[in-house]
Amino acid sequence: MKIQITNGRIIDPANGLDLIGSVYIEDGVILSVGKAVAGFKPQHLIDATDQWVCPGLIDLSARFGDHAQQGLASIASESIAAASAGVTTVCCPPDTSPVIDTPAVVELINQRAARSGKTRIFTIGALTHGLAGDRLAEMYSLQQAGCVAVSNANRPVASNEILRRAFEYAASTNLTVFIQAEDHTLRNQGVINEGAFSTRLGLPPIPETAETVAVSTALLLAEQTGVRAHFCRLSTARAVNMIARAKQSGLPVTADVDICHLYLTEQDVDGYNVNCHLSPPLRRLEDQQALIQGLIDGTIDAVVSDHYPLSEDAKVAPFNLTRPGASTIEMLLPLMLDMVTRKQLSTLQALEKVTSNPARILDQNLGSLGVGCLADLIVIDPNQSWTVNRQNLRSAGKNTPFDGWELMGKITHTLLKGQTVYPALE
Amino acid sequence: MTGNNHIQLDSNGRLKHFLTTEGLSRQLLVEILDNAESFAGVAHRAVKKVPLLRGKTIVNLFFEPSTRTSTTFDLAANRLSADVVNVNLATSSTSKGESLLDTLHTLEAMHTDMFVVRHSSSGAAHFIAGHVAPHVSVINAGDGQHAHPTQAMLDMFTIRRHKRSFETLTVAIVGDIMHSRVARSDIHALKTLGVNDVRVVGPKTLMPADIESLGVRVFDNLDNALQQVDVIIMLRLQKERMLSASIPSESEYFRRYGLTQTRLRLAKPDAIVMHPGPINRGIEIESSVADSNQSVILQQVSHGIAIRMAVMAMTLGSLSGSLAKNDENPDN
Repeated sequence: MKIQITNGRIIDPANGLDLIGSVYIEDGVILSVGKAVAGFKPQHLIDATDQWVCPGLIDLSARFGDHAQQGLASIASESIAAASAGVTTVCCPPDTSPVIDTPAVVELINQRAARSGKTRIFTIGALTHGLAGDRLAEMYSLQQAGCVAVSNANRPVASNEILRRAFEYAASTNLTVFIQAEDHTLRNQGVINEGAFSTRLGLPPIPETAETVAVSTALLLAEQTGVRAHFCRLSTARAVNMIARAKQSGLPVTADVDICHLYLTEQDVDGYNVNCHLSPPLRRLEDQQALIQGLIDGTIDAVVSDHYPLSEDAKVAPFNLTRPGASTIEMLLPLMLDMVTRKQLSTLQALEKVTSNPARILDQNLGSLGVGCLADLIVIDPNQSWTVNRQNLRSAGKNTPFDGWELMGKITHTLLKGQTVYPALE
Repeated sequence: MTGNNHIQLDSNGRLKHFLTTEGLSRQLLVEILDNAESFAGVAHRAVKKVPLLRGKTIVNLFFEPSTRTSTTFDLAANRLSADVVNVNLATSSTSKGESLLDTLHTLEAMHTDMFVVRHSSSGAAHFIAGHVAPHVSVINAGDGQHAHPTQAMLDMFTIRRHKRSFETLTVAIVGDIMHSRVARSDIHALKTLGVNDVRVVGPKTLMPADIESLGVRVFDNLDNALQQVDVIIMLRLQKERMLSASIPSESEYFRRYGLTQTRLRLAKPDAIVMHPGPINRGIEIESSVADSNQSVILQQVSHGIAIRMAVMAMTLGSLSGSLAKNDENPDN
């Protein structure tokens, strides 16, 4: 199959490209960018006049519902949502049901993903058996089955001794550890950032130290063990600072932030807004500013959706009885483009946070329009505005904090290995 | 910071639900106190009933155990001639939200006009008010660590009966501020009614973060905090605070934060001592102080009935403006 995407603005952060021209694709692989290919006869022609052509998005954290139950959200439903949002690769954290701690679970997810075929799903394996925190998971077997990293997700590890051993083992298996830094004893029963809002609303607070103490421990153990550490979903200014210092000292660490923390703060929880019940919690305005600054100066490498589709039942309750999480994958790209509109990031910078940088963290040859790369790419109409209406989301999870937001930027085409996965073919 | 007024008030600015004292106008709080003043007279009549809520159905929905609050709500509703249903649902922290909503809709189908709700989750009354039919009112009888607005108003009522004006008062709230919905509701009401000097007293372990943002001064030394105080509100200390490493022992707590006769002398000579009850004698308050003539703890209980009558009548729209002017015999 030969495809030509014509007359688009081609933006490819991996290769520092920003030019008007055509992209030529053959057999799912990029043949040429900008330069005409002699005698190329496309079977499929996409006119991208006034539109942008970019690598497909790589989302380092999105959940697709429980794999065991036929719940509301499934790999099938959420893959369609991902494709429509221009996300061609997602990483699924291990704290699903069942937990991703055996090759069999990885295979189950891979099979479902293959059947859907709408987006590439990478699994992140468990760091400890059952994520219970007391025994090492079979990391090598998980890696062989296809896991791209290991993580204990948001579950506690029994002791720092076990954390140290897990890091050492991951290092000797050449696996990156994804760290969701949270000290569970300091978090306690908390559901909202500790401060004036938790006090006024009477909700159990989560102190800043629940994050910073865990970041500090993980950084020291990463330094000692030499493991590659990726810090997931930072939420506090102090943690951003700690990562910046670690990077300066030459540690092989990377970090991401989720899109909600770039746009929302603890103030948005006021009135017991359950769609702003997130983990980690939304923090102060100063933290939000520091996260944005961290993106700008490169301390934070990637932005993730942290998509978490939940049923209505999970959110219809008093605040502390609801489940944390938000349906966000469809807002990821428009909100990144909004950061360009606000002049917080350049176009290349904004796109690298969701394409080439996550590819580098995963050590995968993706997220690039380089010749010979897989043709995972998207065509965006940057000038099309739309209003988020939770009921119209393609995701089965309607639990979005962005309901009613006016956003710019719509995906017009998503290609996965050269196959059109959005819009669905008639 | 926005309050909850968009949900508490109807389109005419009248009280529709009573969920928190935060954000309500001074005028409205005074109106509640004035109406309660007129209802306080009802208790001294031979027939202790008025027909204001005849034909109305009030459901007391208690998800948390309570004796005094539920009893006074029950009495208040009865004295207003409403039909009262008491529903006690012992719940664990694992109770599901969906079942809460199901329970609510089942009871609503019985043509309920008002829910009086107590629940262990902060924001529960707010949640329920957001899900009831438009004609139904909700009164918060205590939600988690958030608010207990009728307790706060009976505290204000008690203070007003003993002190001339709120503006000149110094009030100390002592003890477990962190876990106290009474403290939060009292602070909002006191500030709205014009009290400048509100002091909160307790160890850092029982003090919520950034409490100063509510306009109070923080003390960790009770002796210092009691200087020149007009009103002392003691809070109940839950026994489980020892387990959560908040305090070392009851005896040490009493030594540092217990209200004794000696300490009481640091306050103004006419200072009153209040407590939302039930009291732990010898833990937060010395017996002789609880029983002294400066203690108004029992008055608080009876004032609770008048306050709850006022709030029920106001939210169900059975009072236009203040009753105080046309009531035959306000009790002074």
